[in-house]
Amino acid sequence: MKLDVRQIEKQFVLHNRGGVRVTGFSDISFNVARGELLALVGPSGAGKSSVLKAIYRTYLVNGGSILFHRQDGTVVDLAVCTESSVLELRQREIGFVTQFLKVLPRISALQAVAAPLLELGEEEGAARRRAAELLAFLNIREELFDISPLTFSGGEQQRVNIARGVIAPKELLLLDEPTASLDEESSSRVLKLLGNLKKQNIAMIGIFHDQRKVDQVADHCYRILREA
Amino acid sequence: MLLEIQNLSKVYGVSCGECLDLTGVADDSCICPVCDSVVAMNRVSLSLDGKEVLGIVGESGSGKSTLLQLIYQDQCPDNGRIFYNGFCDRHGVPLNIFEASVSECSVLRNKEMSMIYQNPRMGLNYLFSAGGNIAEKIIGAGERSYEVVRNRVIELMGRLELPTSRVDNYPDTFSGGQQQRIQIAKALSSSPKLLLLDEPTTGLDLSVQAKLLDLIKELQKEMGFAMIIVSHDLGVINHLTDVTMVMKHGCLVEYGLTDQILEDPQQPYTQLLVSSIL
Repeated sequence: MKLDVRQIEKQFVLHNRGGVRVTGFSDISFNVARGELLALVGPSGAGKSSVLKAIYRTYLVNGGSILFHRQDGTVVDLAVCTESSVLELRQREIGFVTQFLKVLPRISALQAVAAPLLELGEEEGAARRRAAELLAFLNIREELFDISPLTFSGGEQQRVNIARGVIAPKELLLLDEPTASLDEESSSRVLKLLGNLKKQNIAMIGIFHDQRKVDQVADHCYRILREA
Repeated sequence: MLLEIQNLSKVYGVSCGECLDLTGVADDSCICPVCDSVVAMNRVSLSLDGKEVLGIVGESGSGKSTLLQLIYQDQCPDNGRIFYNGFCDRHGVPLNIFEASVSECSVLRNKEMSMIYQNPRMGLNYLFSAGGNIAEKIIGAGERSYEVVRNRVIELMGRLELPTSRVDNYPDTFSGGQQQRIQIAKALSSSPKLLLLDEPTTGLDLSVQAKLLDLIKELQKEMGFAMIIVSHDLGVINHLTDVTMVMKHGCLVEYGLTDQILEDPQQPYTQLLVSSIL
């Protein structure tokens, strides 16, 4: 067991819009074990990304618990633990591949992908080589390596984002639509990477819209329905 | 735990017993309706771990700079305590830094912490050379060898991308961005564990700002110090900080992970602030 989500719910209260309440999600429960990939599926706007963000603590939940089983065997409730704990977990144990690439315009694609390895103390040359390998595997042309990825196409940006997320994988990896903008060839490469991560015992939760992708890579599926 | 602030308050003026209760976010004012005192800080509590970067954001007059000045002991509070890692009595009981003796205070200000002011004129002595300013801090932290001091000054200037040949020039002969870098070099020269920055790039060109902030971030990762950055610019906060506190009228409005504050703000004022991004 790696992550145990129990009955989490979220409501957004928009004070500057007269206090209107918008439901994010309600009564969500699922769990993921090491080496497993859980697919989160459901219609657009159902709350899938919100659930991932709640696990990462970018969003706060109004109720329920998110029990994370740490490497050292202890269990922490991500919904209520301190900010310092979350920062530590994000650094070492929980990773998030966002839906869209967010990176400074001054960083090159290679630097962005190598960064997680450098942060772990990896030597610069080795980190850059590994980053280059990964980008090449994902079909990013070498001439683009030293350019800002914000100038790339949507699909290329996504591949850079995924490379950055998997190069130094944390024990729990959250992936928000990893194959959304990708053609079949690139998609299958990404799925292959995720398959490799499974073999490394990484637990993953991924949002996918395409049922075929889900069938190819997911061990379990959790469907979030939009409230009536 | 590197820094712990408990119930810190600062009131300018005569102060009656009700200033703190009659001002704040709900009252939409920091001026006491009874005695006209200005409540600059209203019972603020927070804590910071080593290596964490905290952003303090809020509008002009919210108390952000006052908080930094209180931590650095440029000012004394009217109430409340601040505890700093390692500052204890001989039984290991943490002491309030405001009870520090002159020499203990000097250690806190010269060695453990460093402050970078918005205006370099507040952090530098314009009668000393650039190198002299940086050296002053190194000597204040205890170094006595001229050679060691000089080498460290040159090393820091190089690290901050200042022309080392100009080590003996006076600060007013440098550009604004460079003066800020001299201030940063001076602040880092004592290898502090806590760096306080009060709007460090306000007024600088965009490209100069970007370079400075990138450099500060790099140095923070390299040297591993904790930082508290005051800014009214959410872009700066987003770029540099791990956690953020929002202030208004001297009160702590909201505290959380920076991405949570920006993407899922809970309090009305925070939501207003976040929606004001250009």
